[in-house]
Amino acid sequence: MSKYIEKQTVISGVGQSDVGRRLFRDPLELTLDACLAAIADAGLTTKDIDGVATYPGPMSVPPGFSGAGVVDVQDALRLELGWWSGGIESPGQLGSVINACLAVAAGLANHVLCFRSVYEGSAQGSKGRSAVMPGGGGGGSFRASGFMEWTLPFAAPSAAPWIALMAQRHFHEFGTTREQLGQIPLTARKNAALNPKAIYTDPMTMDDYLNVRMISSPLSLYDCDVPCDGATAMIVSHVDTIADLRRPPIHVEAVGTALRGRPSWDQFDDLTTMANRDAGAQLWQRTDLTPSDVDLAEMYDGFSFIALTWLEAMGFCPHGEGGSFVEGGQNIARDGGVLPLNTHGGQLSAGRLHGYGFLHEACTQLWGEGGARQVPGDPEVGVACAGGGPLAGALLLTTHR
Amino acid sequence: MPDTDVPESVVPFRILPALTDLNREFWTAGARGELRFLRCNACGYYNHPPTAICPMCHSKDLAPHTVSGQATLHTFTVNHQPWMPGPELPYVIAIVELPEQAGLRLTTNIVNCPIDDIEIGMPMQVAFEHHTDGEDEIYIPLFEPARSGS
Repeated sequence: MSKYIEKQTVISGVGQSDVGRRLFRDPLELTLDACLAAIADAGLTTKDIDGVATYPGPMSVPPGFSGAGVVDVQDALRLELGWWSGGIESPGQLGSVINACLAVAAGLANHVLCFRSVYEGSAQGSKGRSAVMPGGGGGGSFRASGFMEWTLPFAAPSAAPWIALMAQRHFHEFGTTREQLGQIPLTARKNAALNPKAIYTDPMTMDDYLNVRMISSPLSLYDCDVPCDGATAMIVSHVDTIADLRRPPIHVEAVGTALRGRPSWDQFDDLTTMANRDAGAQLWQRTDLTPSDVDLAEMYDGFSFIALTWLEAMGFCPHGEGGSFVEGGQNIARDGGVLPLNTHGGQLSAGRLHGYGFLHEACTQLWGEGGARQVPGDPEVGVACAGGGPLAGALLLTTHR
Repeated sequence: MPDTDVPESVVPFRILPALTDLNREFWTAGARGELRFLRCNACGYYNHPPTAICPMCHSKDLAPHTVSGQATLHTFTVNHQPWMPGPELPYVIAIVELPEQAGLRLTTNIVNCPIDDIEIGMPMQVAFEHHTDGEDEIYIPLFEPARSGS
């Protein structure tokens, strides 16, 4: 299995800016705060950084979706780059980090700064989600095109109803229940209470979950993540640079990037799963480790149901059994669960840092730096998974090779 | 024949699709009560969303083809969130699967059906909603419970 080139790469440092529901701060400032923190965490300086990767690159629509592009950071830190890449077309948000692994393994760079920056909380202001929806102004001459041509005319402009449609099908085929699904937001909230940067930390009960207002059935408000402001960064380094680093790094053991079905929310072959099905299967073909070796899982929960499909896709339970796997919450509990899940509170309670938060948390836990929320037992193997629907990218991480 | 007489009050505001040479028949054939998909004349594959080359056999010989307008409810969601101004809440977003080809599905709205009566697997039929915008006459394919014997 040593032939797979991601094994030549490590995560050498992570960093994160202030995180808040609405910070009203300059998004490039937040981005640079995270980047400089990650560089220092690795024990490097800006002179060592010879690569930059980001998702999704500069975008003005939807508002707040991207706080900076590669060239903003390259210029602001006067970086000298051997390789760089930013864009929205990749295997999920962490596809940009996987690109960095490939570039490092290919010898185009030794230390790649990866970042993801959002300010959706501030951008939405007091007007809420409708302020940033396509055609959110209403009426006029706006016409739907591209993939939204097939959803916008039916008043389905958000991933909430798209994911709800898949969740309802999963409920129908496998008997999954809201009480089962609710364990994902409940677990996230419990973990968020131990995370000083989390957005929502008040205790949540199953009654709270079952009685909160519905968004798109079966998904309620607490099944949806919370838009926020903040930036997250990490450094991907070549394994040969370990002697130059501040502390033993986290090794990239395997990655998964596949997209085999149709890239569509309604034409995908099996609406009870997602592209993560194929990315997960691919990842396990690139390692001798198995799902039973994994000590913790940080899995995309833009909606709770996406995390449930990741649990199935990564082989922690069979397809269709995600509901029974999370039932009662014991299996995914931070303290004592067989697979602690979203130990920082996930995007559901810690804020939509959009994919990068999961990799940041996985590394933090594997370094034993989780503080009050540290998973007990010195975890050595973790997964970070991001993306929903046609987007899916996953990394298997270990503390030693 | 599908019912073309659905009151427009069901969902008064819609974002309409931008019409192109490839999608025009899909969005306008409801004027004749027909649901039409681009279909490959070489291999018979319904190519949706429409593209100029058949993804199965790579033929460029594609033409709009009228389907039955029947469908099966594959999944649905009752939407309570006001994503945009206009639609009366709650409303039902659904995915229906057409009998003409496995996996040929449409995202749509369910109309003319009490929400409590909606069940996955129920037989549906198309019901067009007419909108005029400038020179475009657009017919949105919504779905309602199939009438027995239709």
